[in-house]
Amino acid sequence: MIEGTPDLAKTPASATKSAKSDPKKRSESPDEFALHSLQDEHEKQKRYDASPEQMLAFYEQMLLIRRFEERAGQLYGLGLIGGFCHLYIGQEAVAIGLQSALDNDRDSVITGYRDHGHMLAYGIDPKVIMAELTGRQAGISKGKGGSMHMFSTEHKFYGGHGIVGAQVALGGGLALAHQYNDDGGLCLAYFGDGAANQGQVYETMNMASLWKLPIVFVVENNQYAMGTAVGRSSAETDFYRRGTAFRIPGMFVNGMDVLEVRAAAEVAFKHVRDGKGPVLIECNTYRYRGHSMSDPAKYRTREEVQDFRDTKDPIEAMKKVLLDNGKTEEDLKAIDKAIRNTVSEAADFAENSPEPEPAELYTDVLVGEY
Amino acid sequence: MAIELKMPALSPTMEEGTLAKWLKQEGDAIQPGDIIAEIETDKATMEFEAIDEGTLGKILIAEGTENVPVGTVIAMLAGEGEDASDIEAPAESPADDVAGEGKDVGRKDEDASITPEKPKSKPKSDPDIPHGTNMATVSVREALRDAMAEEMRRDERVFVMGEEVAQYQGAYKVTQGLLDEFGPKRVIDTPITEYGFAGIGTGAAMGGLRPIVEFMTFNFAMQAIDHIVNSAAKTNYMSGGQMRCPVVFRGPNGAASRVGAQHSQNYGPWYASVPGLIVIAPYDSADAKGLLKAAIRCEDPVVFLENELVYGKTFELPELDDHVLPIGKARIVREGSDVTIVSYSIGVGYSLEAAEKLAEEGIEAEVIDLRTLRPLDRDTILESLAKTNRLVIAEEGWPTCSISSEVIALCMEEGFDHLDAPVLRVCNEDVPLPYAANLEKLALIDAPRIVAAVKKVCYVE
Repeated sequence: MIEGTPDLAKTPASATKSAKSDPKKRSESPDEFALHSLQDEHEKQKRYDASPEQMLAFYEQMLLIRRFEERAGQLYGLGLIGGFCHLYIGQEAVAIGLQSALDNDRDSVITGYRDHGHMLAYGIDPKVIMAELTGRQAGISKGKGGSMHMFSTEHKFYGGHGIVGAQVALGGGLALAHQYNDDGGLCLAYFGDGAANQGQVYETMNMASLWKLPIVFVVENNQYAMGTAVGRSSAETDFYRRGTAFRIPGMFVNGMDVLEVRAAAEVAFKHVRDGKGPVLIECNTYRYRGHSMSDPAKYRTREEVQDFRDTKDPIEAMKKVLLDNGKTEEDLKAIDKAIRNTVSEAADFAENSPEPEPAELYTDVLVGEY
Repeated sequence: MAIELKMPALSPTMEEGTLAKWLKQEGDAIQPGDIIAEIETDKATMEFEAIDEGTLGKILIAEGTENVPVGTVIAMLAGEGEDASDIEAPAESPADDVAGEGKDVGRKDEDASITPEKPKSKPKSDPDIPHGTNMATVSVREALRDAMAEEMRRDERVFVMGEEVAQYQGAYKVTQGLLDEFGPKRVIDTPITEYGFAGIGTGAAMGGLRPIVEFMTFNFAMQAIDHIVNSAAKTNYMSGGQMRCPVVFRGPNGAASRVGAQHSQNYGPWYASVPGLIVIAPYDSADAKGLLKAAIRCEDPVVFLENELVYGKTFELPELDDHVLPIGKARIVREGSDVTIVSYSIGVGYSLEAAEKLAEEGIEAEVIDLRTLRPLDRDTILESLAKTNRLVIAEEGWPTCSISSEVIALCMEEGFDHLDAPVLRVCNEDVPLPYAANLEKLALIDAPRIVAAVKKVCYVE
């Protein structure tokens, strides 16, 4: 039989596994086992064995995001940031854990509108990010993109997209470019539990798996799509299983632990780089702040938020590890102070640098002249 | 140093609110994340969260105060080592110095009134065809295929993707033979998932490739219009010029024959309304080839609208090594002095047919093929109007918010003094396209209707 010829005698998979009729029971057929093999691999070493320097770096990077976002929230309150502003507070371990595992010379990243943290994870100057939030000429998009639309092609960071789910298909295209150019790179495409219900996400998963594109789909499950809890919007809340229909292996990861996220990234990236096609990682995480600044927070209790802050905070957890490994409170205070200074400088810069030249209104609409 | 706690803006439009309740009192220790107060707006009650650590000093706005402007200092926060009771309120309320949206920095209001710079004028006329060039007779379908094949030979980054473009050789056979020459890596059959593959094509362009995304027809591109408009057209602007998206979306557009309302629509006006897109709609083989080659080389996203009824028509095409035409330049396909007929795509054929009939009656019509719908070649239209003083637009599409509407607006705004008669449009009837043969014929434009409109603007019975 030549490839692609339909096999009409094929037995439907469901008919061969009558014993698996209980949908809640985890299946163990060989096919499905393959789809879970990465989880098994992840379970073998759930937390990344980081060096003291790496752990310190993770801590500093997460803390920078936290302090930056707190300041952004403050500037929004002062009216210096307009429009929509979605903060990443609580989710820091996801961006840092994953992006620290990238090969920045080859790999690309794309995400939705909650994008400040992903930019900071690259070490991009907080000044130009904050200046974009305040809509200034010095902003990374010359003030024309704003909070949701930031890009750094220099770092292969492709935004910063405001239409929920669109970045997933675009990420598929970035992955196609990696494959086409045979450059060894992969695309890390982030989306939320809300975007996970968009049709184009599955169109993309289908093609990505069909063509074995080098892409890692990451669901940042922060438990709420705006104000709608996952259980109220999703029939399947185990998002890591959402790729199963497309034969994309899924991984379930504690997104509040930077070392676990990093360990998962190692497993997933290897699979993709070996040419085995896409992986879907579900990072369970939690945003402490509202969906955007104008969030009345009526859909969850204050206690729920406080519990996450008190018992599951990724930065506090890393702080404990650092203290256990010989750092002193004074060391960490000094780090916090330095980061606060960096963020203050970024805020001052963003507040005091000029707005775009009026002529910028007409630039960058088209590249060519016609 | 003491920190001023200011009345926060909690939504993009909030200007003032009610300080409903203080949850902390003077002298209370504050941790980042603590809720200090509740603020009410007309939409919701929201919590005012502490960012900094310290001790709450003076409360300056009592709870229950209404209409507190955003930016008003509502309390003071003492930092480490400061005595909260010592902190003085700021001398004056900085409420009118709210640092809102950059009002306090940067530029004066008068700077804001600027006009766009006119693009530097550059020769936009079609390149000369050398004397003695052989003219081949080629169908539009072949011309389009040859354009793609030539560009794929020229640039490794160019590839084609879409439904049935490879093994099936194209639903309308436009990609015939490409798979054989270029292989499955560069001629990619997609599943029937327009939204997804339009996004993948757009992303691949952002990633440095030069995709040609074929839609089996543009009717199906409505599933994908979000990527064409929101992803492809806007990203260069939103990124301050960092992101490139050199993608071509192409396929048949407009009414075919007896395929009913959902498969018969002209999307020219839709895409031509979007800044950031180039929109091309050629008529004959030479333009189809020359403009598709230009579109593939273009650094901007291009919507390239073909027409199924024209695919099989043959026209003369110069046999040149590299036949590339300028984007944004209309073509005068027939010269005339009495009246101007502006059209594009299949409408050009009807317009030429009408011009022949009119010539028999002594009316010499000038026929302009717009070729590019965005950016519109305003100069060519206005120059012709200045010559003929009468203008009709023929468009195979609905009249409302159409290319016709746009050309009429242009004539009113910039050609008014040249007009000897109102500009008329000949468009399809303003109904979904019916299936029945007689009704379909009634709904679509044709040469007799163009002739009638021209006579009307010429005040000829």
